[in-house]
Amino acid sequence: MTVVQEQERLQAALHNEEPVRESLVLGNPSVRDVTARIASIVESKITLKYLATLAVTGGMAAWGLFALYYTITTGIGVWGLNNPVGWGWDITNFVFWIGIGHAGTLISAILFLFRQKWRTAINRSAEAMTIFAVICALTMVLCHTGRPWLFYWLLPFPNQMQMWINFRSPLAWDVFAVNTYFTVSALFWFVGLIPDLATLRNYVKSDLAKKIYGVLSMGWTGSTRHWHTYEIAYMILAGISTPLVLSVHSVVSFDFTVGIMPGWHTTIFPPYFVAGAIFSGFAMVMTLLIITREVLDLKQFITLKHFENMNKIMLATGMMVGYAYAMEMFIAWYSGSDWERWIFINRAMGDYAWAYWTMVTCNVVSPQVFWFKAARRNIPLMFVISIFINIGMWFERFTIIATTLHHDFLPASWGYYSPTWVEISIFIGTFGIFLSLFLLFAKFVPVIAIAEIKSILPGAQPKHHHDTHHVDAAAH
Amino acid sequence: MSTIPVGVVGEFIEVNAAVSAAVKLRDAGFRNWDIHTPYPVHGLDKAMGVKRSMISYFSFVGLLGGLSTAVGLQLWTGAIDYKLNIGGKGLFDWQFSIPIDFELSILGTALLTVAGLFHLCRLPTWYNRYQDDESFKKATDDTFVVTIDSDDDRFSAEGTQEMLRKLGAANVHLVHATAE
Repeated sequence: MTVVQEQERLQAALHNEEPVRESLVLGNPSVRDVTARIASIVESKITLKYLATLAVTGGMAAWGLFALYYTITTGIGVWGLNNPVGWGWDITNFVFWIGIGHAGTLISAILFLFRQKWRTAINRSAEAMTIFAVICALTMVLCHTGRPWLFYWLLPFPNQMQMWINFRSPLAWDVFAVNTYFTVSALFWFVGLIPDLATLRNYVKSDLAKKIYGVLSMGWTGSTRHWHTYEIAYMILAGISTPLVLSVHSVVSFDFTVGIMPGWHTTIFPPYFVAGAIFSGFAMVMTLLIITREVLDLKQFITLKHFENMNKIMLATGMMVGYAYAMEMFIAWYSGSDWERWIFINRAMGDYAWAYWTMVTCNVVSPQVFWFKAARRNIPLMFVISIFINIGMWFERFTIIATTLHHDFLPASWGYYSPTWVEISIFIGTFGIFLSLFLLFAKFVPVIAIAEIKSILPGAQPKHHHDTHHVDAAAH
Repeated sequence: MSTIPVGVVGEFIEVNAAVSAAVKLRDAGFRNWDIHTPYPVHGLDKAMGVKRSMISYFSFVGLLGGLSTAVGLQLWTGAIDYKLNIGGKGLFDWQFSIPIDFELSILGTALLTVAGLFHLCRLPTWYNRYQDDESFKKATDDTFVVTIDSDDDRFSAEGTQEMLRKLGAANVHLVHATAE
């Protein structure tokens, strides 16, 4: 059965509500087919369309870098930040990008620990997205310091002032958390790549490509003695990445919670932020993968089943975020604190009400369609919803930051914040960096984890072995 | 060109056959041999008699290293080197140190796990005596490739090839070192 025939058969069966076993890999490819299909993307010629797209994203990145240069040489005054709103688009974007990164780690590590075989089609791209998203987040956080050439002051090093960093501050915790997250994500991604780079080394024709993949694959031969250690190492990395992803966004949320500001000083932030991060991250993965599978013709690997599972996760995390919104409101009232009560009424009805209601509509209302199976399997619909979710999640961070800061305890300090063209340009620039890096990744690195997909194909694993949890790719 | 063979190579395309062959090769007492697979095959390491890896020890040492670095850093800077009185709070309290302790423990674990992986697998090793053999290269595609080195006690050029053929391997042949 070809891929298209299988897709049609599945569609018909679901329409008639027949029970059907849905393969995770369509078209029943052989192991060699899998190698050829995915490795051939790397071998294919660079098209004009690809270069044109890269030029557009590169242009966005260049524009953003120019705006960054202007900021650094002139000063933060070119931004819209002022008293009382000292954090605006800069920190919103930082939290936005870190949040997007978390989906990659969740797919790689947490779904691995839960033995969800469907992750194998999407984990490579998702992990790559994590790394690129953290690069964007680091760009935002470094440029917001005002004197980014003094970035090393964030690190504890002996200096002539004999000063150390304030280890009690979440801003210092962030330094360690985000850098650890970047390092561990990059290591996990690279370790996962080694066997696939070896496959490419043996597959590609050009000598230069062979040499490059040969060096990067470290001489991996597929030796079972090596796979044995490799599998344990991978499990350990997955095991530590899980608490890492939970802790990093919790530490980021501490940037807000340890302050006494109404709307910020609340214990719900860590789980709320982590759930929101997973929510927005999955949305970004979905947006990119819908395009990628179309352009690179990977529909037999990234199937409707995968998207359906992702939509279920987005629905779940969206509900958690919606619950957090409701709880914040309730606790604000229940607390009896006039300031807490007022700040939440202000969010819904004050100067930034437009941002607040965008957030609620996009995050709470729009994912509700995913209760319906037809919606979960509708590609154009989920593409649109994933973009709404990202817009909504951006507005969530913006709402949290701007509403609390623009109206704090002292009415004489109140002031409305708007971004300048410089801040908007830097944000566009980070999208340019993110998308450019993703395009480069899609061309030169296997977009799907070749070895992992092979290992879940029906018939790939021996029968009668002791692993009782083993379920092959023919089942859900 | 060297006349001493590097070893014997055989191909399996069916995973159950490869696992049965592994059990028999292990029981026959071979030590310097391996099966190269395009993906990790469950139970094959056990079938080969591969001992449990030492990598977890690396990870644990990394964890302790990261943790002690974090605690040591915060303790020494705050309570020994520059005792700064901030609002009468303790110079070092384990509670405020938790986030950095946690992050550096994870970083240490990750770094030493990867270092351990590279060390135990002898990576990077950019030269392999079998690397020019066509069968060997199929191991990253779709074939399970058995290699039995000539320096194994039980190796014999003809005998080992015969044994592999009996076990069901295809394309069994001797591999010689690459001419320079």
